[in-house]
Amino acid sequence: MMNKLFFGGIHPKYNKEMSTTSTDFRQISPEQVVIPMQQHIGAPCTPLVKVGDTVARGQKIGDGEGLCVPVHASVSGTVVAIEPRPHTSGRDVMAVVIRNDGKDTTLPGEKNDAPLEAMDNDQILHAIREAGIVGMGGAAFPGNVKALSSMGNVDTLIANACECEPYITADDSLLRTDPQHVLEGMTILSKVLGPQRTVLAVEDNKQEAIRKLEGLQKDYPQIEIKVLPTRYPQGAEKQLVQSVTGREVLPGKLPASVGCAVFNVSTFAAIYRAVRLGLPLTQRIVTISGEAIAKPQNFIVRIGTPFHDLVEAAGGLNDKTERVISGGPMMGFAQKDLAVPVIKATNSILCLLKDRNGAAENPVCLRCGKCVGVCPMRLQPLYMYRATNAGRVEDLKRLNLLDCMECGSCAFTCPGKLPLVEVFRKGKAMLREASAK
Amino acid sequence: MKLTVASSPHIRGDFRTSRLMMDVVIALMPALMVGVWQLGLRALWVTLICVGTTVASEWLYSLLTRTRNTIIDGSAVVTGLLLALTLPHTVPYWLAIVGGVFAIVVIKALCGGLGQNIFNPALAARAFMMLVFPVGLTRYVGVDGVSSATPLHHMVMPALPEESVLDMFLGRCPGSIGELSALALLLGGAYLVIRKVISPRVPVAYLGTVAIVTLVFYKTDAPVQWMLYSLLSGGVMLGAIFMATDYATSPVTAMGQWIYGVGCGVLTVIFRYFGIFPEGVTYAILLMNALVWAIDRYTAPRRFGTGKGGKTA
Repeated sequence: MMNKLFFGGIHPKYNKEMSTTSTDFRQISPEQVVIPMQQHIGAPCTPLVKVGDTVARGQKIGDGEGLCVPVHASVSGTVVAIEPRPHTSGRDVMAVVIRNDGKDTTLPGEKNDAPLEAMDNDQILHAIREAGIVGMGGAAFPGNVKALSSMGNVDTLIANACECEPYITADDSLLRTDPQHVLEGMTILSKVLGPQRTVLAVEDNKQEAIRKLEGLQKDYPQIEIKVLPTRYPQGAEKQLVQSVTGREVLPGKLPASVGCAVFNVSTFAAIYRAVRLGLPLTQRIVTISGEAIAKPQNFIVRIGTPFHDLVEAAGGLNDKTERVISGGPMMGFAQKDLAVPVIKATNSILCLLKDRNGAAENPVCLRCGKCVGVCPMRLQPLYMYRATNAGRVEDLKRLNLLDCMECGSCAFTCPGKLPLVEVFRKGKAMLREASAK
Repeated sequence: MKLTVASSPHIRGDFRTSRLMMDVVIALMPALMVGVWQLGLRALWVTLICVGTTVASEWLYSLLTRTRNTIIDGSAVVTGLLLALTLPHTVPYWLAIVGGVFAIVVIKALCGGLGQNIFNPALAARAFMMLVFPVGLTRYVGVDGVSSATPLHHMVMPALPEESVLDMFLGRCPGSIGELSALALLLGGAYLVIRKVISPRVPVAYLGTVAIVTLVFYKTDAPVQWMLYSLLSGGVMLGAIFMATDYATSPVTAMGQWIYGVGCGVLTVIFRYFGIFPEGVTYAILLMNALVWAIDRYTAPRRFGTGKGGKTA
């Protein structure tokens, strides 16, 4: 049905096959891990260890109050430094640096095989918090807080397996190897939230994952597997809610405003491991891909592993590498320093050569209007661009610039190669400045 | 290794301004070939002079004003080509040059360059030429080299033209260089739609409106014939497919494009029925050009999350 699909969108070249040849994921054992005290939206953690301490894998090394979840040691070893270190956000962030002793001494998890009905919601939410679970699709919002705020006002729980950014195959790899972890995690959260529908939404370019999921479906009759036609940015929260339910999230609001809660599939797998196996979030699957890396693949990576360790493990960078990105090519952040560590929300390290379709030196808007046609938020990028460059704050308000989620569909499509997203960030800063006055 | 830190997105599509312009040139080739085949080599010389003038004007303007040279994007070639196709092949060469300079310097460059002009450069130049030297643009010579009336002149009487509908569809009739064959123009339009250079909204709305209005307000006792001749004669096809779809001077919203196409269609018929010239396409499109900003403003897409889909659970 047409009204169940989202507006606009694009079909970039996906290049996913580059990193999906093997599901035999290598574990990387880094010499050192750098574990930032801030890996989530909210208040940073305070370190619970000091330099010289010996830590075991799974040991809590940072925690805090309020909108905050703890962080854990991802290797066993010795704390060698507690200091600000480069972070994928571009700023230096306080981090605990652990030298890996290679023994992988691990705190035993407390297994819990109790039937779901016997567990109470507080117990489940507490386990999710203590495991340090955040949204692993990129936003990194504390998982327990999102679940708690969704209780009682959600009729649809959605697992996001769209992974609509090109190149990235981390969620796909998870579904091809451990699909039952995801389905178990969904069952747990479904028990907490009590929705009418529990939906796993996946794009049709992941056929192997879909076959695996459908094979397991008889064991999870309450879960609906929804296969969506591939289109970017289907995995954006608001667009996915629209594709699955036909509802539009209200301007400036969260999916809960229309009765939906969306979590990434990796987050569900982490919830399963936290609640059933008692294991905190200390590792994740990371895709390393792009034309500039020798051997694109997926790794199981300890949180805190520096990017350069992964680059090396994947055969190293091409001499002509232009950028290394944390995240996807459409919305990821270009990094200047490969010492930055993988954090809980890092799904991909992308190594790219110079884009021959890159931004123009003297960009010219033709007024072709293609940006209007592809904008999933129904905005008018060309007028937002003009208004920002002319400093017309009133026009930016009228054009609803703040609805823009910077998905980059407009900039991808623009034949004049305008730096649209970059300019919109400036425009948003102008709006914030104006409203602060 | 020096890594570049730049804003997302880090990949872009291979759509380029120069590719779009090349596609428009390719799409206009069938119409130009029919023109040269029907009217002779002078049609080709006129076209080359127009294109040469617009490209040279663009180059000289950027040289004199020290602004960026935009010849590489091919837009001046498109402007020159479009201008030539609206002219009779008998147009004095000097007048074609005046038109080309006017299109680039006055209409395009002085408005701020590519994408900034309010009026379609080719049509505005044509209107200017009509103003300063109307005789140069109203003398048509038929296939046999004898000065003759175009089908549109017959329709002013009003009467059905002498040519058959099929002749007019194929381009066997007098007229401006690029407007002869509806078939050639439709082929070009289909190419642009397939290549996603234009959306079919404006041409469909424009041609559909002309068809409906002329069918309802017919002027001879054969309404369907009258409607077909109205669509096939003069510059309606060229205007609807190639002029009204000009990016800089047409709306960017889907609803705006429908409204704009309907407006162009209605005005074309009004100008043809009540105007002093047989043709109304040029002035219809130019008038609608002036309304584009207002149309875009009042057809802005509904804000995401404010439709009926935005219900709460």
